[in-house]
Amino acid sequence: MSRAAKTPLPLVAFHWGFVIFMLAPLVMVALVSFTDKGYVSMPFDGASWRWYRAIFDASDFVDAFWRSLGLGFAAATIATLLAVPAGMAIAWHRFPGRDAMLGLLLSPLMVPHIVLGIALLRFLTQLGASGTLWGLTAAHTVIVLPYVLRLVVAAATGFDRSVAQAAQSLGASGWTVFRRIELPLVLPGVAGGWLIAFINSFDELTMSIFVASAATQTLPVKMYNHIAHTIDPLLASISTVLIMLTLVLMLVLDRFYGLDRVLSGKT
Amino acid sequence: MQEPRNLLPYWLSTPAALAMLAFVALPLVLTLSLSLYPFVPSTGVGEGLTAANYADIAKDEYFHTIFARTFGMALLVTALCVLIGVPEAYVLSRLSSRWRAVSMVVVLGPLLISVVVRTLGWAVLLGNEGVINKSLMALGLITEPIKMMFTFTGVVVALVHVLVPFMVLAVWASLQKVDPATEDAAESLGAGLPTVLTRIVFPQVIPGVLSGGLIVFALAASAFATPAIIGGRRLKVVPTTIYDEFLGNLNWPLGAALAVVLVIVVLAVSLGMNRFVERRWKQVFQ
Repeated sequence: MSRAAKTPLPLVAFHWGFVIFMLAPLVMVALVSFTDKGYVSMPFDGASWRWYRAIFDASDFVDAFWRSLGLGFAAATIATLLAVPAGMAIAWHRFPGRDAMLGLLLSPLMVPHIVLGIALLRFLTQLGASGTLWGLTAAHTVIVLPYVLRLVVAAATGFDRSVAQAAQSLGASGWTVFRRIELPLVLPGVAGGWLIAFINSFDELTMSIFVASAATQTLPVKMYNHIAHTIDPLLASISTVLIMLTLVLMLVLDRFYGLDRVLSGKT
Repeated sequence: MQEPRNLLPYWLSTPAALAMLAFVALPLVLTLSLSLYPFVPSTGVGEGLTAANYADIAKDEYFHTIFARTFGMALLVTALCVLIGVPEAYVLSRLSSRWRAVSMVVVLGPLLISVVVRTLGWAVLLGNEGVINKSLMALGLITEPIKMMFTFTGVVVALVHVLVPFMVLAVWASLQKVDPATEDAAESLGAGLPTVLTRIVFPQVIPGVLSGGLIVFALAASAFATPAIIGGRRLKVVPTTIYDEFLGNLNWPLGAALAVVLVIVVLAVSLGMNRFVERRWKQVFQ
């Protein structure tokens, strides 16, 4: 039945207000990025690509972008390699300490990033690894691991284990069962988890600000430090590029999984 | 056959568990211990255990103001997120599937965009030379710009924008479990929309509102980027104070103590909220 047809007017009006509230700051950033002036203003009396061309001359931002991209790939990949076996163990086995294990592996979700940031700054300083890319990669790996784990557990819980048992009874080795049956079945969850982990690593600011040094600034850290100093249209054009890139990933995630399910950790 | 099957799950989860122990649990324990060391201006961290950092926080008016501001802000943000996030989740559930798909991207999508970018948008909107003030002045509604950057209100508005998707998400998940027949039944018995919403729908999604509220509250109290950019240097909250102690004053022990107190207060308030809601709406949780 079509309940949509009778959505009352006040609710529809509220919905539009909400949508405008959500979009307003993002649309503003995009508009401001087309100004031809040297300061933040609307482009209505002259639009230009000036600030997009300026991105290519801001080599420190470009460097930070590539660093964040590499960091996101590395952290998401390592986190996935760690989370897939752990997720399968948690989804398919009942073992003593299982709840504690799940709690430990999801714990970074419960700790504020500001606290993780100072904890890792202190810890990595004592190891002599503060400000290194290695330290940053380790830090990002642990904070994005829970996102992969949730999706792997959800994907692994969802499928019928009798398929694996059938293969085993037909003489397949444990490795073959894993490679030919189990892994392909959880692969969609793994892929979604990797992507969410990548996005979270790429966007992370609060922890990275403590763990990164001037030489290893990620893009969000670089942008934050720039904003703390001055807000100029260059930030708006960089932000607009990021919004566009995120929009593409968002549509991919929504198409294959549904945004609500990926974001709340269900597949 | 029994033996390997018992150990397998441990082998599978050990690498991830070791990573967590090394890079989350151990650093957190070290931070707790760091907060018990004295601060020595020349070398940073001194010798011998002391509760001096906690005593500083307990005695100093300056810290009281910052904690009060942080938690006042977090509670207000949580209340506003409930106020607009719950109806929005309900509207989403009533939209046709095509409009819902589009609206989902608009409402939840911002969660995937860096908080720096979203906050920058608010800085552009709220500044004295910002879009809102310029439009209001062009329309002749105001002659002087309204100060919104570096104000409490500005930070609250931006934080609600950053965090409300979590509320919508949690309530949305809860709404999936509500039987639409309960609404139809109420409507057919003559209940108007406000009655249906407050008496039928809202009580059934309380668990979602609670979990969303706990997430929003914890994230609002520990938010760094938004208060730092919109609030600036004068409107300090606990996270920006921790940042200043660590990277400005280099007083790591005090910064660590502030972090410990922050986590404890967030936990205490969350447990209190949980308790209160579960008691107030007892039936829903059975």
